[in-house]
Amino acid sequence: MSDQLSRRGFFGLAAGAAGAVIQDTVRAGRVYDPQRAGRAQTPITSVDNDARIQAIEKKLRCSCGCGLDIYTCRTTDFQCTYSPGLHKDVLRLAGQGKTAQQILDEFVKQYGQVALMSPPRKGFNLAGYFLPGTAILVAAFFLLRTLRRWTREAAVPAPAALPPNATPEELERLRRELDRLPG
Amino acid sequence: MSLLGSLSLWLALLVGLWGAITGFVGGAQQRPDLQQSARNATFALFGALLVAVISLELAIFRHDFSLQYVAGRTSRNLPTFYLWSALYSGQEGSLLFWAAVLSLFGALTQLFTSRRHRAYLPYVAAITSLVATFFVSVMLFAPANPFQHAAFTPLDGSGMNPQLQNPGMVFHPPMLYLGYISITIPFAFAMAALLTKKLDADWLVAVRKWTIVSWLFLSIGLLIGMWWAYVELGWGGYWAWDPVENAALLPWLVMTAFLHSVMVQEKRGMLKKWNLALVLGAWLLSIFGTFLTRSGVIASVHSFTQSPVGWFFLGFLLVAVVACAIVYINRLPLLEAEANLESVVSREASFLFNNLLLIGLAFSVLWGTLYPIISEWVQGVKVTYGPPTFNYVNIPLGLVLLLLTGIGPLIAWRRASTANLRRQFAVPVTVGVFALLILLLAGVRELGGLLAFSIGAFVFGTVFQEFARGARARHRQYGESTGFAVLQLLSRNRRRYGGYIVHIAIVLLFVGFAGMAFKTETEATLRPGESAQLKGSDGHLYTFTHLGISQYNALNRQVTAALLDVRRDGKDIGRLRTEKRQHVDALGNPTFEPSTEVGIMSGLRVDLYVVLAGLVNGTEQAVFRFTINPLVWWVWFGGFVLVIGGLIVLWPGGVVVAVKGSKGSTVQAGYAVKLEAER
Repeated sequence: MSDQLSRRGFFGLAAGAAGAVIQDTVRAGRVYDPQRAGRAQTPITSVDNDARIQAIEKKLRCSCGCGLDIYTCRTTDFQCTYSPGLHKDVLRLAGQGKTAQQILDEFVKQYGQVALMSPPRKGFNLAGYFLPGTAILVAAFFLLRTLRRWTREAAVPAPAALPPNATPEELERLRRELDRLPG
Repeated sequence: MSLLGSLSLWLALLVGLWGAITGFVGGAQQRPDLQQSARNATFALFGALLVAVISLELAIFRHDFSLQYVAGRTSRNLPTFYLWSALYSGQEGSLLFWAAVLSLFGALTQLFTSRRHRAYLPYVAAITSLVATFFVSVMLFAPANPFQHAAFTPLDGSGMNPQLQNPGMVFHPPMLYLGYISITIPFAFAMAALLTKKLDADWLVAVRKWTIVSWLFLSIGLLIGMWWAYVELGWGGYWAWDPVENAALLPWLVMTAFLHSVMVQEKRGMLKKWNLALVLGAWLLSIFGTFLTRSGVIASVHSFTQSPVGWFFLGFLLVAVVACAIVYINRLPLLEAEANLESVVSREASFLFNNLLLIGLAFSVLWGTLYPIISEWVQGVKVTYGPPTFNYVNIPLGLVLLLLTGIGPLIAWRRASTANLRRQFAVPVTVGVFALLILLLAGVRELGGLLAFSIGAFVFGTVFQEFARGARARHRQYGESTGFAVLQLLSRNRRRYGGYIVHIAIVLLFVGFAGMAFKTETEATLRPGESAQLKGSDGHLYTFTHLGISQYNALNRQVTAALLDVRRDGKDIGRLRTEKRQHVDALGNPTFEPSTEVGIMSGLRVDLYVVLAGLVNGTEQAVFRFTINPLVWWVWFGGFVLVIGGLIVLWPGGVVVAVKGSKGSTVQAGYAVKLEAER
């Protein structure tokens, strides 16, 4: 096969390209005022939808102050000026063959631990994760002990307990009535 | 108008101070003249603040841009609907709204509290006046005066933030404020009970309705806020653990704990110290939340956070904590329980564990909210305590709480026997296990979802069983049909069965929350006629076809709208529309960054959620984000059921059983029966 394009092939390609341009214009004509539609967008690529990239971005905080992760922020109203740049950084690092952890480490190196949506589970941060649960467990333990003490105290018969101010028949009737109550 | 408004604020300050002083002195010295003056002061305070509110609303509706507040938050072309909500859309206006509503509640309390509880009223008047006066003083001295004049009068105002121009934002802030503000009334009665030493169950009766009102408004406020975040912000969820959201959740959790533990005090005369602490704590948390959200100490997306008024709230909070602690500790000897706990396996004990979890959850939310500051103090490192961390810590606690929601009503008061437990638990546990097996067979493997759905089924089983048994008992006794018997149960014991309806609502909410674990999403660039496909967790394949872009002008905005055709498994199910809006003032000048209007198609199984990101090269080729959110509809339906349950509990009337209180006073006690004689 010749490397050079035949005349017929050239015209074929040219016609195809012209057709594509015309088709583009027809199917995606210009709007009246592009300024109204927010920031101009670039077409989505397959890496933008890459689950691995999204998973990494969901662990990294956007620095715009919204409190959201990079993925959520850049896809919320697409007006953030920070998250698209951070997204490009993630893509660049992933393109260099870095693993997810290495990308997270790079962000921490550049922005500090605040770049992570969750603090690393080590050192004092363990308190951040486990203090509430531990506090509840400890409180539950003491509550149980207190309840047991109270029940023991309640079990001791009152020394000068008054006799019931009701006949046995009345008490039995009361029990039956109570049993009939739901719950 | 601004002069009248400013004068009203100064008058409110003086009247409020007078009401506080005469209330405290009149209560302490038992002087009827001062007590009457304090009562009158609450009405005068409300009158003065009402004039201030009307003045500000008139200024807003007349587009009086000489006022900073009006110029900064409205414009001439702002729809009338949002002119109303401009009153509380900014810091200064919301403080005025807060003070005015509090003064209204204070006046209503004086008018409608029964004669039996008159002894508390001077102190209640003093405390409500004092708190309202504090808000007025913040406006006058912080400064956060809504009647402050601008340096010059612009031709048009800056307009309202587009995200606030949503029906959700018209109703969310006032509902949340009503909830926050009404906590002051139970707090005032609790303090009055402590100050008067009248600490039997009487004060509980006086505040019962108010606590439910407050809880209900907080619930509605939180739910509308979630709905607004979902339909307006465009990030695809409804709860992001933002500090402002958390600040509203804290008092809600504490009030929920109180609504449970108060039953133990009413029925058994126990937990007096605990209940008082909960009411005081809920109010202090509401002030703490206000400080947190208005001081800027914690980063939040909410606009209130950048202002100096937060530090006024911190000062007020510290004074209030000290005052509450002194009075509370001083009265501890008077708060001994009237009965002892008889068994660890009892309704009383289960309520205590329920309280432990609710307060633990509140602590956990507070801990997470403050953790970035704590970390910076302790280890000198700024960290982010984001939604993944909140979910990691709080979802297990929430699931245990959901389990207790089912367990509590199954355990008998005082002591539950083994036979009783077996009889009570058999059906609900079977329902829960059955649901678990079905989910496993259906291939669900996500642990959180499995637990939420099966525990939810268990709780649903407990409520169904309670209704079934109650209806059967009525059928046996009165020969009523099942439907009528259920209505009678709801009508005659509203607190109990209304409470069960709320439990059902909590199950529905958890089902909706669990659904978010199964959401799917993708981005796509589409020319008109092109399609994107996304498979939902319901097993269906959804196809979104871009039909085209249209641009047009509306009242105060220029709209770019994208229309999409939606198909489920190839079958047409409707069209979705999503917009970019550029808001402009009356002169056609852009007022804010363009905002997004999400396109949502809501269904019982999934919500289709589409965001228009923008256009490529100014053409109709558009970038979209498509999200399929499962079971979100159940969150809103759960919220609706919760409000219905709350209203049933709140509705006056029903049949009550009266027993004698500790000092001979009659208190409502539901099914409570004192059984000392049985020993």
